[in-house]
Amino acid sequence: MADLISQDLNVINIGLASFGDVIREKGAKATDLQWQPPAGGNPKDAWNLALLTGDPRIAEANKVAYGRFLAAQPVLVGVKTAREALPDMDGKIILHSGPPVKWENMCGPQQGAVLGAVLFEGWAANLDEASRLVEAGSIRLEPCHHHRAVGPMAGITSPSMPVWIVRDTASGSEAYSNMNEGLGKVLRFGANGPDVIARLKWMAERMGPTLAVIVEEMGGLDLKPIMAQALHMGDEVHNRNAAASSLLFRKLTTTALASKRLDAKAVAETLTFVAGNDHFFLNLSMAACKAMLDAAHGVPCSTLVTAMARNGVEFGIKISGLDRWFTAEAPFIEGLFFPGYGQADAARDLGDSAITETAGVGGFAMAAAPAIVQFVGGTPRDALANTLRMLHITLGQNAAFTLPALDFTGSPAGIDARLVADTGIQPVINTGIAHRQAGIGQVGAGLTYAPLACFTQAVSALAASMTFDI
Amino acid sequence: MTPLVHFFPNMYRDSVALMQLSTKIAQLPGIEAASAQMATDANIDLMVEAGLIDQRPAARPNDMLLVVRGEEASLQTALDFAEAALSEKAKGGDGTVQKVPPRAIVMALEDEAKGANLALISTPGAFAAAEAMKALKLGLDVMIFSDNVPVDEEIAIKRYGHARNLLVMGPDCGTAIINGVPLAFANVVRKGGIGVVGASGTGLQQVTCLIHQAGEGVTQAIGTGGHDLSEAVGGLTMLTALKQLGGDPETRVIVLISKPPAKAVADKVLAAARATGKPVVVCFLGAALADVESRGFDCALTLEEAARRAVEALKSGKATFRSDHGASAELQGRAKRLAASLGLGRKYLRGLYSGGTFCYEALILLQDVLPALQSNTPTKQTARMPDLWRSSGHTIMDLGDDDFTRGRPHPMIDPALRLERISQESADAETAIILLDVVLGYGAHENPASVLAPAIEKARAAAGGKGAPVFVAQICGTDADPQHMDRQAEILRAAGVDVSFSNAEAVALVRAVLENIKG
Repeated sequence: MADLISQDLNVINIGLASFGDVIREKGAKATDLQWQPPAGGNPKDAWNLALLTGDPRIAEANKVAYGRFLAAQPVLVGVKTAREALPDMDGKIILHSGPPVKWENMCGPQQGAVLGAVLFEGWAANLDEASRLVEAGSIRLEPCHHHRAVGPMAGITSPSMPVWIVRDTASGSEAYSNMNEGLGKVLRFGANGPDVIARLKWMAERMGPTLAVIVEEMGGLDLKPIMAQALHMGDEVHNRNAAASSLLFRKLTTTALASKRLDAKAVAETLTFVAGNDHFFLNLSMAACKAMLDAAHGVPCSTLVTAMARNGVEFGIKISGLDRWFTAEAPFIEGLFFPGYGQADAARDLGDSAITETAGVGGFAMAAAPAIVQFVGGTPRDALANTLRMLHITLGQNAAFTLPALDFTGSPAGIDARLVADTGIQPVINTGIAHRQAGIGQVGAGLTYAPLACFTQAVSALAASMTFDI
Repeated sequence: MTPLVHFFPNMYRDSVALMQLSTKIAQLPGIEAASAQMATDANIDLMVEAGLIDQRPAARPNDMLLVVRGEEASLQTALDFAEAALSEKAKGGDGTVQKVPPRAIVMALEDEAKGANLALISTPGAFAAAEAMKALKLGLDVMIFSDNVPVDEEIAIKRYGHARNLLVMGPDCGTAIINGVPLAFANVVRKGGIGVVGASGTGLQQVTCLIHQAGEGVTQAIGTGGHDLSEAVGGLTMLTALKQLGGDPETRVIVLISKPPAKAVADKVLAAARATGKPVVVCFLGAALADVESRGFDCALTLEEAARRAVEALKSGKATFRSDHGASAELQGRAKRLAASLGLGRKYLRGLYSGGTFCYEALILLQDVLPALQSNTPTKQTARMPDLWRSSGHTIMDLGDDDFTRGRPHPMIDPALRLERISQESADAETAIILLDVVLGYGAHENPASVLAPAIEKARAAAGGKGAPVFVAQICGTDADPQHMDRQAEILRAAGVDVSFSNAEAVALVRAVLENIKG
C-alpha cells in the first residue's frame, strides 16, 4: 500500500460527527457514516464480519455463484406427480415450507395442511386418524427445500400432488413447485375440509394431466421472459402475479386449443381454473427462482444468500458456501387486513415464497409494482425507495429483470449476507398474511423483513469454517 | 342496524388501494366495520360471508361498492370520508427518492466516499477493532479514537496493518495531524519540516504546539495509541510510522515520544528510527539521559525539550535546549511573588490535570524533589492516593483517567469535574498551589478559560481572598487554534492565574514556589 502520508486525506468518519466537521472545515474530504453497531450489536459477530470483509476468496466465490445465478435459464419442462418428479419421495412423506420443524412445533395453518394432505393421499379416513398417524411419527415431514422444491404458505406437497418441473438448462438441474389452488379456503392456508380435498383431487386427476400434455406440446416454456414482461406490467411476481398469470394463460390456451390429445371438457375446466386465479403464476415464479438460486448454491466461501424460507415459526436462510439453515424467530407482517380481521388473527411469516426476494424479485422489485406498497400506507416513491435500498445489500443488478422505475436497469439481486449484517438493511419481503388458525385462509397482506440474526449467524459460521492470515 | 351500502359507479381502484380505504374508514369513530371493493360476484360473496351485508345486491363489476356498519350518525361521515379520499389527486412528488446515508464502510466506498484512504473510528470500544479490521481489509489506513478495545483484537489489527504498510493509529489515539488535517483532538499547527510520532495524545499536542510556537511546523503528527509500545503489541504502529516518515521527503527531523518501552521494543523502535537516516529526537519520558544517548540518539527529557531540540536540529543541526527554567531570574521572580502572597500554613501542591501525559511528566519532574508525592496514576517512585476524592500532601491528579471519566465526559470537553475539584482543593487550608493544564484545539472545550476564570475567582474569594492558594496554569495550544491561545491567556491572567506555555515551565515554576515557601 502507498504511504498514507503521501496522499490527500479522504476520510470515512465512524462515530462522532464533530470529527468529520473539522476535517471538512480544513478542506479535506470526510464522509460521516450513519453508524450503528453492526451484526445486530453482537461484538463477536461484528468481529467475524470484519474477518470476512474484503476477503479475496469470498469475492471470487461470490463472483462464481452470482455468475451461475445470472446464467441460469429456468424452463418449464413438464408436470408430473411429486412422487415421480422429486428426489426421495417414496413412502409416506409430506413436504412443508421453511426450515425443518417438528410436527408439535408447527404453526396452525401448517398443521392443518399436513392433515389435509394425509386425507388427500388416503392414508387416513378422517382428521382424528390423520392426527394419530402424524403424531405417531409414521409420516416423514421434511422441508420442500430439501427436495429441490418450494411451496407457498404452508408449502404442503405430498407424493400424489402434481408439480411443476422447471429445468435450469444452463446447469441441467431441476426445481419443483406444487400448484396454486387459488384464494379462500385452500390447503396452503391450512384448510382441510371436504371441498379442499375435492379440489386437490381434481387438480391431481384432471388439471395435472391436462397441464402435463399442454407443457409437453409447448415444448417447454422459458420463464425468465414471462417474469421480465410481467415486471413491466405491474407485477413483482411474488404478491402480484396478475400479469404473469395472464401471460401464462395465453401460452397455455393457444397450445391447449391446438392439441389433439386433450379432452375438451378437461381443457375447459383447467383453463377456467387458471383464469380464475390471479396468483396462478406464483408457484412457477417460485420454482424458477429456486432453479436460479440452486445453480448458485454450493460454492465454498460464498456469502450469496441462496434461500430465504419461513415455516410460520422460524425464518431460515442458506448461503451458497454452507449447506445449512440459519434461523431466527419468524417475524409478523406489517400490512392491511381483510374486513373482520386484525393483527391478533395473524400467523407469523410463512412460506417458501421469499425465494422470489432471494432471487431479486418480489419485494426487491417493488418499484415495478407500486400498488404493493399501499399495504403499509406507502407511495410509489416508497416502493422505489425499497427497491433502491436493496441495492446496498446485493451483489449486482439482474439485467434479465429490468425495472422501468430504475430507468430500465436491472432489479437488485444476489443478497450478500455480509452486507446485510454490516449495514443492518434487512431484505424486504412482500407477502400474504395467513390466519394463525388452520383453515381460515388469507387474512391480509403486507411487508416484512428478513431477521438480521439469520445473516449474522451465517457470517459467524462461515468465519468459523475459514482460516485467516491475521 | 342497517348498514350503509353505496355504489360508486364506473369507479375502478386497485384492490390494495381499496383495502387501505376500508381500513381507514373502519378506524373512524362510531364505525364498526367497513369494506370497499369492486362489486364483483366474488367480492360480494366475501362481504356476505364476513357478515357485513345480509341482502345480496346485484353485481356491478365496473362499480365500486362501499359497505359500512356502525352508528347511524357516523355512516354519513364515513361516506363523506370515502368520497373525499376517492377524489384525492396525486400528491405530485418530484420523483426523487431520498438516498440511504452510508451505514457501513463498504457501503460508503461504493458511493460517497469512493477513494477514501482513512477510517477515523470513535465507536464504542467493543466494535472499534471490527470497524478497523474492515477498513484495513478494504485497503484503508485507520485511526481509532476509541478505547477499551480488547488487546487481542488490537494486536490482530496492528499485525494486519503492519504487514501491509497501513497505519493503525490507536486504539486510544486521541490526536493526529495528517497532511495538515487535524484529526480528533488536535491543534492547528503550521506546516514545516518536523515529523512527530508518539504514543501519547497530549504529548503529541504539546510537542506540535511548541514547535509551532518556536516558529517551525510539522509534516505529520502520528499517534500510535497508548499501548503500541507495550511488549504485547511491540510498537508495530511506531515501526510503520517511522518507515513512512523516513520515506517522506518533507520530513527532515523526526521526534519520537513514548514512556520508556521494554528493552526488546525499544531496540526495534530505535533500529527503525536509525533506519530513517534522519535526525531523530527521542523523548522516552522518564528514561535516563545516558540510556538514550548511549544508543546514539539525541535525548529529550521533557516534551518541551523534544520540540525545541527538534527545531534546533532542523535549523542548525545542533540541539542544545534544556528545560532549565529554574535557572531563569524571570521565573524565580514570579515564584517569589506567588510564594509571598500565600497565607500561613499553605504548603502543598495540588495538580489537577486533564492531560494524562502532562500529569505523568509533572510526576517524573517532581518525584525526586517532593517526597511523599501522590497521584491517582502514580509512577514507580510515587504513591497512590488513598482516597481519590480527598487529596492530602502533595498530590498530582490526572482527572482524565478512567478513575474519573467512567460514565462522564472527559475534563477537556466538560470542565464540571475539575471546577468542583478546584473549589474543594482551595478550601483545604494546606493547599498552596493549584496547577492546571488548559488544552486547546479541535475537540477540546470551545473556551476553557472562560469557565475556569470565574471558578478560580470564586474559589479564591471563598478561601479568604488574601493569602488564598495561587493558581498556575499551562496552556497547550497555538494562536491558530479556534480558542486562540493568547485570548485564553489573557482571560486567565485577568483572574490572577500565572500562565506558562509549556508544562515543563509550569512545573519548574511550581517547584520554585515550593522552594520559596520552605525558605
